Amino acid sequence: MTKLTDLTIAGALDGLRKKEFTAVEIVDAHIKGAEAARHLNCFITETFDSAREQAKAADERYAKGVALPLDGIPIAMKDLFCTEGVQTTAASRILEGFKPPYESTVSGNLKKDGTISLGKANLDEFAMGSSNTTSGYGNVINPWKRKGDNKDLVPGGSSGGSAAAVSARMAMGATGTDTGGSIRQPAAFCGIAGIKPTYGRCSRFGIVAFASSLDQAGPFARNTEDCALLLKSMAGWDPKDSTSVNTPVPDYTAQLNAGVKGLKIGVPKEYRVEGTNPEIIAMWDKGVQMLKDAGAEIVNVSLPHTAYALQTYYVIAPAECSSNLARYDGVRFGKRVEGDNLIDTYENTRAAGFGKEVRRRILIGTYVLSAGYYDAYYNKARKVRKLIWQDFVEAYKKCDVLLTPTAPTPAFAIGENTQDPVTMYLNDIFTIPASMAGMPGMALPIGLSNDGLPLGLQLIGKPFDEETIFRVAQSLEKAAAFTAVPQNIVGKAA
Amino acid sequence: MTYLLKGETGDWEVVIGLEVHAQVLTNSKLFSGASAAFGAAPNSQVSPVDAGMPGMLPVINKECVTKAVLTGLGLNAKINNVSVFERKNYFYPDLPQGYQISQYQHPIVGNGEIEIDLADGTVKKIGVERLHLEQDAGKSLHDQHPQKSFVDLNRSGNPLMEIVSKPDMRSPEEAGAYVTKLRAIVRYLGTCDGNMDEGSMRCDVNVSVRKPGAELGTRCEIKNVNSVRFVQQAIEYEARRQIEVIEGGGKIVQETRLFDTKQGTTRSMRSKEDAHDYRYFPDPDLLPLVVNDNTIAEIKKTMPELPDAKKHRFIKDLGLSVQDASVLVQERDRAIFFEKAAQGHDAKLVANWLTTELLGALNKAEKELKDSPIKAADLGALVGLISDNTISGRIAKEVFAEMFATGKSPGMIVEEKGLKQVTDTGAIEKVVAEVLAENPDKVAEFKGGKDKLFGFFVGAVMKKSGGKANPGIVNDLLKKKLEQ
Amino acid sequence: MSIDKNTVTKIARLARIKVTEDEKEVLSRELGSILKMIEELDRVNTDGVEPMTSVVQMQLFEREDVITDGEIQEKILSNAPEATAGFFVVPKVVE
Repeated sequence: MTKLTDLTIAGALDGLRKKEFTAVEIVDAHIKGAEAARHLNCFITETFDSAREQAKAADERYAKGVALPLDGIPIAMKDLFCTEGVQTTAASRILEGFKPPYESTVSGNLKKDGTISLGKANLDEFAMGSSNTTSGYGNVINPWKRKGDNKDLVPGGSSGGSAAAVSARMAMGATGTDTGGSIRQPAAFCGIAGIKPTYGRCSRFGIVAFASSLDQAGPFARNTEDCALLLKSMAGWDPKDSTSVNTPVPDYTAQLNAGVKGLKIGVPKEYRVEGTNPEIIAMWDKGVQMLKDAGAEIVNVSLPHTAYALQTYYVIAPAECSSNLARYDGVRFGKRVEGDNLIDTYENTRAAGFGKEVRRRILIGTYVLSAGYYDAYYNKARKVRKLIWQDFVEAYKKCDVLLTPTAPTPAFAIGENTQDPVTMYLNDIFTIPASMAGMPGMALPIGLSNDGLPLGLQLIGKPFDEETIFRVAQSLEKAAAFTAVPQNIVGKAA
Repeated sequence: MTYLLKGETGDWEVVIGLEVHAQVLTNSKLFSGASAAFGAAPNSQVSPVDAGMPGMLPVINKECVTKAVLTGLGLNAKINNVSVFERKNYFYPDLPQGYQISQYQHPIVGNGEIEIDLADGTVKKIGVERLHLEQDAGKSLHDQHPQKSFVDLNRSGNPLMEIVSKPDMRSPEEAGAYVTKLRAIVRYLGTCDGNMDEGSMRCDVNVSVRKPGAELGTRCEIKNVNSVRFVQQAIEYEARRQIEVIEGGGKIVQETRLFDTKQGTTRSMRSKEDAHDYRYFPDPDLLPLVVNDNTIAEIKKTMPELPDAKKHRFIKDLGLSVQDASVLVQERDRAIFFEKAAQGHDAKLVANWLTTELLGALNKAEKELKDSPIKAADLGALVGLISDNTISGRIAKEVFAEMFATGKSPGMIVEEKGLKQVTDTGAIEKVVAEVLAENPDKVAEFKGGKDKLFGFFVGAVMKKSGGKANPGIVNDLLKKKLEQ
Repeated sequence: MSIDKNTVTKIARLARIKVTEDEKEVLSRELGSILKMIEELDRVNTDGVEPMTSVVQMQLFEREDVITDGEIQEKILSNAPEATAGFFVVPKVVE
C-alpha cells in the first residue's frame, strides 16, 4: 500500500471514503513527518493538537457518511493568512504574538471544506523575497539537494515553507500567495505544482497585504488534479473584498482530462532570455514538443513589453507596500519599542520589527510616491503596466495558453545570489509579467537538471480560464511523468 | 457695502474660503459595517477594518454615495460619473491604517454654488469648488495623562463629505451665512444632521487679507472650528492679526492654526516636520466609483424642496414677507410645521403667529419646535377662528396662552371659556346704547370736540361685553350713534 | 539618478523607520541600484497610454447601509501593547 505521506489528495479522499484508512492515521503520519523534518524550518507555528482534534471530527463525519469535500486532508497554511486565535506573523518580528480576532476568507473556505491545517508555514518576511531567506523566523531549507553536494538550497519564495512542506511530504497541499511569482517560483524550485489564479479569483480578505493590486492566493500540491481540488475550495467572490470578482467557480476537475487537441499553445519569444540556465531552455523546448505530440498547435507569439515587467513591478509593488505596511506602528497590535516620544516610538518599532528587505522596499516605495517623483516613476510604471496587459490581450487572440519557463535557474544555495538586491529580483523575470497583467499562471515540474534538481515550466492563461490551464497541465504532467522525490522526504530512512 | 478693516496703512479686504467636513447621515461607516453613531463607549464601534488590522479591506457604503450625490445636487453642482478614491499617507495614532482613504484628483462632485442671505436683504452667490467623500479619523485624548495619549477609534472610518468653497467670501457675516445655508441644505436633504456641537459639521477656515484690488495674500488655515459664531470670531481675529503682521513689516507664513474658543484668538500648530508629503495614489483596494446618469436622475427624483426654492414659493405664491419666509425656511421642520398649519388658512396670518408668538413662546420655555405643545393643525385652527370672526385678535392671544399651557385645541378652549366673539349687531347695539346712556356727560364732551373720548367708549363697551364684542362692529356702531 | 544620504534620511523619516549613519551608506547604494534598474522604464514610449491601477474589469461593489460589525471592544484591544479603560495608550503626541 502507498505510504500515507505519498498519497495525493485525490487518492487520500478515495481511500478515506472506502475506509482503507482513517483521517487520524493520515494526519498522524504527516505530523510525525513534520516533527522529523523540523530542520527544514517549514513551520513558524505548529498546530498539531488542533489538527488531531479535527482529524477525529473528520472520521466521525466519514462514519456517518456526511464527509466534507476535502475532509481530513492535511495542509500547510502560509503564515500570511490570518487565522482566528492562532498566531499570524507574516514571518515578521513586528507581528510576533499577534493573534487575529478574525479568519481570512480563503483559510475559512478550506476549513469549511474539511482540510486540516498542520501549522502556519514559513515565508519571506511580508511575502517579499524569492528565497525564503528574509524570514524573521529563520530560513526554510529546500528538501532537494544537488547531487553529491550537501549545501542547503533555498526552496524559493516567498511561499518557501508551503512549497517545502508539500515537497517533503509533510502536507498534501498548502496555501501560498503570489505577487510577483511567490507560488510559481517556489513550486518550480521544490519540484511541485502551484497556481496563481487570475487576480480577483480568490478573496484577499484576511491576507496580510503586500501589494494590493498584485497579491493573489493559490494552492500548492504535488500534481495538477490536487491543485484543481484545492483551488475549487479557495476561490469565489467575497463581498468583503472589493477587488474580488463576482464570477462563478467551475468544477476545475471536470475538464482535466479533455486533452489538448485543438488547443493553441503560444510560445513568446521574449521569454528566451540571455543568462537563463540552458537546461531550462532545453526543458522548455521539450515541453513544447510534448504538447505538440499530444495534439496541440504551437504558435509563436510576441509580448513586446516583457523586458520591462520587472522594472514596473519594482515601482508598483514597493509603492503599494510602503502604504500597506504603514499600519505596523506598534499602536494597536504587534511589537512596540518605546522611544522618547511618539515619533521616536514609531521609528524604533519599525526599525526593530522590519527586516532589511522589507525596509528597502518600503523606502523605495516611499520615494517613488514622494512629491516630484510620482509622475516619473509611479505614473510611468502604471502606463507600462497597461502596455504589458495589452500584450497578453493581443497574444490571446492567437492562442489559448502560453508556455514559458518559470525561473531562470534551478534552486540555488543559501548565500548564493544575495549580494545585490537586484540580482535576487531577477529570479522573478518569468513570473512577474503575468502578475502585472493579472493573468493566471501555473508552475509544474517537468524533469530534473543534471544536478538532480527539479526543473519546471509555466503555463499562463486567459483571465478566469484556469480550466484550460489545468487541462494543458494535466497533459504535460502525463507526458513528463515526473516521479522524482527529494532527498529530504519524510518517511524515508535517514 | 464692502466689509473693510481699517489698518494703519489704509483699508484691507478679507478673503475667506471654507472647507466644511460634514458627517454623512448613515447607520454604518464609509468603508466598514461598524456603527457611525455618536457617543458610544471607546472602541466599541470599531471593526477590524477601522482598526487597520492586517488583511482588512474597505467596502463602500452605498448610502454614502447616494447622499454625496444628493448633496451635490442640492449645491447645484456637477456630479462626476467617475471618481477615484486615493490614499493620503501620514502617521498619527488616530489614523490606524497610516493613511486616510479620500478623493484627490477625481472627486465625486465638481463645481456648484450656494446662495447666501445677508442682513441687508441682498443675496450673494458663493461658489463651491468640489465635494468629495473621505474617512474620518479617530480621537486622541491628550489631557488625561502627562506622558501618554489615549486613542478611541469609534470615529475612525466615519463617512465625511468635504465641501470646499471657492474663496468668494469677504466678511465674517458672509462666512456665517454660508455655513448657516449649507447646514440648512444638508439638513433638508437628510444627508447630514448639521450638529456642530457633536462634531458632525466642522469648518476649516482659510483667511487672507489684501488691499482692495491687489493680488491674493498668503492664507492661513484655522482648523476645526465648530460653530458659526466661532467661525466669525476666528475670521475677525485672524484678519486683524495678519494686518498687524504685514503693517509691522512682516510676512504671513502659510500655516495651520487653531482657534482658542476661550480667548478668541488663533495660534500656530507647532509641528515638528516640514510640510506634509501625503504621497497620494489611487487606492488599489478599491475600483473607480461609477455613478451613471440614470442613477443620478433617480436620486434627483427623491430631492425634497430646498430652502431657497421654498422661500421663493412662500413669497410668490403665499404672499409672505421676505423676513417671515426666511425665518420659516431656516429649519426644515419649521417650514413643514408652517405648511401644515397654513393648510386652508390665511398663510400670512399663520406665518405671523408662528414666527412671533409660537417661536417666542418656545424660546422662552426652552423648547424645540418638535416638542411644541401646540400642534401645527391647532395653530392653523386658531388662525381660522380669527379669520372667521369667531374670536378677536386680542382674545386669540388668551387662547394661545391656554393652548401652550395645556395643549388643548383652540375650539375646545373657546367653548370651555365661552370666549366666542359677539358679532350680533343687535346685541352690541344694545350694549352701546347702555354705555352711552350711562355716560351722558362724556357724550356731551365728545360731541363738544373731545375726540379722544372715543377710546373710552370703546373700552367701556368691550368691558361690558366681557371683551367678546367684535371690535370692528363696536367701532362702527359707536361712530354711528355718536354722530346722531 | 542616485539617492544621496540626505534623501535617505528624508525618506526614512517619511516612512518612520530609524536608520543609523552606517545603514544610510549601505541604503544609499542599494536604493541607488534599484533606482537605476527602475529608470530603464524611461525607454518605453507611453504617449497616449492611460495608467492602469486595477486589472479588474468590474463595477465597484457597494454594500447596504446596515450595521454588521463593531461591539467587539475586547477583540479590538486584544493585541494592544498598551490599553486602559477601553482606550489604546501611546506616548504623548506633541501638538
